[in-house]
Amino acid sequence: MPGPEHYVALSALLFTIGAVGVLVRRNAIVLFMCIELMLNAANLALVTFARLHGDLNGQVMAFFVMVVAAAEVVVGLAIIMLIFRTRRSASVDDSNLLKY
Amino acid sequence: MTTDFQLPAIDYQAISPLLILFGVACLGVLVEAFVPRPARRRVQLGMALVGVLAALGAVVLLAGTNVVTAGGSVTVDGPALFMQGALLAFGVVALLLIGERRVEPGGAFVAQPAITVGSEADQRQASAPGATEVFPLAMFSLGGMALFIAASDLLTMFIALELLSLPLYLMCALARRHRLISQEAAVKYFLLGAYASGFFLFGVVLAYGYAGSVDLAAIHAAVDTSQMNPALLYAALALIVMGLLFKTAAAPFHVWAPDVYQGAPTPITAFMAACTKVAAFGALLRVTYVAFERLAWDWLPVIGVIAVLTMLVGAVLAVTQTDLKRLLAYSSIANAGFVLVGVLAVGRTGASSAMFYLVAYGFAVLGAFAVISLVRDREGETTHLSRWAGLGRRSPLVAGVFTVVMLALAGIPLTGGFTAKFAVFSAALEVGEGWLVIAGVVSSVIIAFPYLRVVVMMWLSEPSESTATMVAPGLLTGTALGIGALAVVGLGVVPGPVLDLAHDAALFLR
Repeated sequence: MPGPEHYVALSALLFTIGAVGVLVRRNAIVLFMCIELMLNAANLALVTFARLHGDLNGQVMAFFVMVVAAAEVVVGLAIIMLIFRTRRSASVDDSNLLKY
Repeated sequence: MTTDFQLPAIDYQAISPLLILFGVACLGVLVEAFVPRPARRRVQLGMALVGVLAALGAVVLLAGTNVVTAGGSVTVDGPALFMQGALLAFGVVALLLIGERRVEPGGAFVAQPAITVGSEADQRQASAPGATEVFPLAMFSLGGMALFIAASDLLTMFIALELLSLPLYLMCALARRHRLISQEAAVKYFLLGAYASGFFLFGVVLAYGYAGSVDLAAIHAAVDTSQMNPALLYAALALIVMGLLFKTAAAPFHVWAPDVYQGAPTPITAFMAACTKVAAFGALLRVTYVAFERLAWDWLPVIGVIAVLTMLVGAVLAVTQTDLKRLLAYSSIANAGFVLVGVLAVGRTGASSAMFYLVAYGFAVLGAFAVISLVRDREGETTHLSRWAGLGRRSPLVAGVFTVVMLALAGIPLTGGFTAKFAVFSAALEVGEGWLVIAGVVSSVIIAFPYLRVVVMMWLSEPSESTATMVAPGLLTGTALGIGALAVVGLGVVPGPVLDLAHDAALFLR
């Protein structure tokens, strides 16, 4: 029977996968998916801690995070689309006009 | 678990600046939908300016208030009001730059940013008047910043962080000229910003796990009493501070700043440099002073190392830059380090010196970007250093303003920059952080070189064929320039009133 600490560990694992994913992947959409994974890991931990503390606020906060994530998708995909249209590529390595 | 729900008491007067800002932002969205296109820009600019000035008036009327309201999610205290005031004053100047249309026909913003660069439709829109959506976006961002400074629980702070960031990402992509680098700046800022706010959010969650609440005061209380594993607390502290240091552009979380500052439309860069800095340091001060004060001995050395690194990286890399916007980006990184020195002098003097520094820096940097928006050739703004050679001979007045601003950033006496640096360094010395002061003085000396090089180039070189032209500033940019120069000199010659105001305001309400 998994206890709350297992869920916290799972959420930390998901968060790490997301954080490492952002560093190693090159496609902007995949990068963005990894960031969403980090936010969802946070949601899982929120709900777990809410259960642990017997406090409803954590669950309410998870809803806030979902709404923020949705807003972020809208802005993020718009910007990535903009880049893709002009360069025909969503790879972050191709966005190389600005450097040094 | 409790099931009954009680409506929180809301002190509407205390949050009136926020209500005004968000109200004007929402009205701005309606204006976009219902007001005919030719009239929109006047309506939007007028509404935004009136809104920010009204919010500034509300902040002034609230002076001396100390209250926690809206169910414990907003704190209106001295530091919040002081920094909101500074933020809104910068907001007015930034809005003047955003609204300018004389300097570039149609304004600095493109009409339809979604149109692919280089397509036929793009060529047709080349001379169309710019998008006016930028005004409601800027207002939402300003509202988010004002809330960020005053947030007294971490969830509100996270929402405010997103609220200030999302419009900024969009505004970065709106440049009329050099659209490719503007879009690139937006995508870089967005990906890195969302990444950093992911870290911030996970820190918030861990703090909730440790303390059972995200309220800053509750976390402060839980530091002594919680039964949970202290590793949660330290991880929370590290992740939250990392998220905030990203927004302040402190090394090693600074890599986005040069690209974004260079690529974004200049009025937006000015807005970011002045306003985001205030908002981020406001939140950083509140989190470290209110929630994690009992851990000060743990975070002081770490943030101290970050401060030294930030000052040195910013100063040394500024020396190697040949593009003015990029140079100012590195200067903003170095200045973030100087403000951190003030933050690290934990206490009233430290907080007040950091707040004064933010005011002095904000006006100087707004003035600098106002001048940058005026130096142009056929392609748009020319920010390469070599093109500025001899500008002082051609347009002495504006070049004079730029000189004053550069001297202020370099920290020459009788400018705001000197007073501000003196304030943060003496605050750090008072608490015995001499090593920070040594690093600070060394980096001030290093970074004075690139500033003075620009000044020397402008005045002592002969104008040549490659020298850019200085466009005469319109009323809006002219006003912005005047405010910037006056504030920089004023804060240097008679810093007393603002220093006293900062000192009186610098007590956080827990």
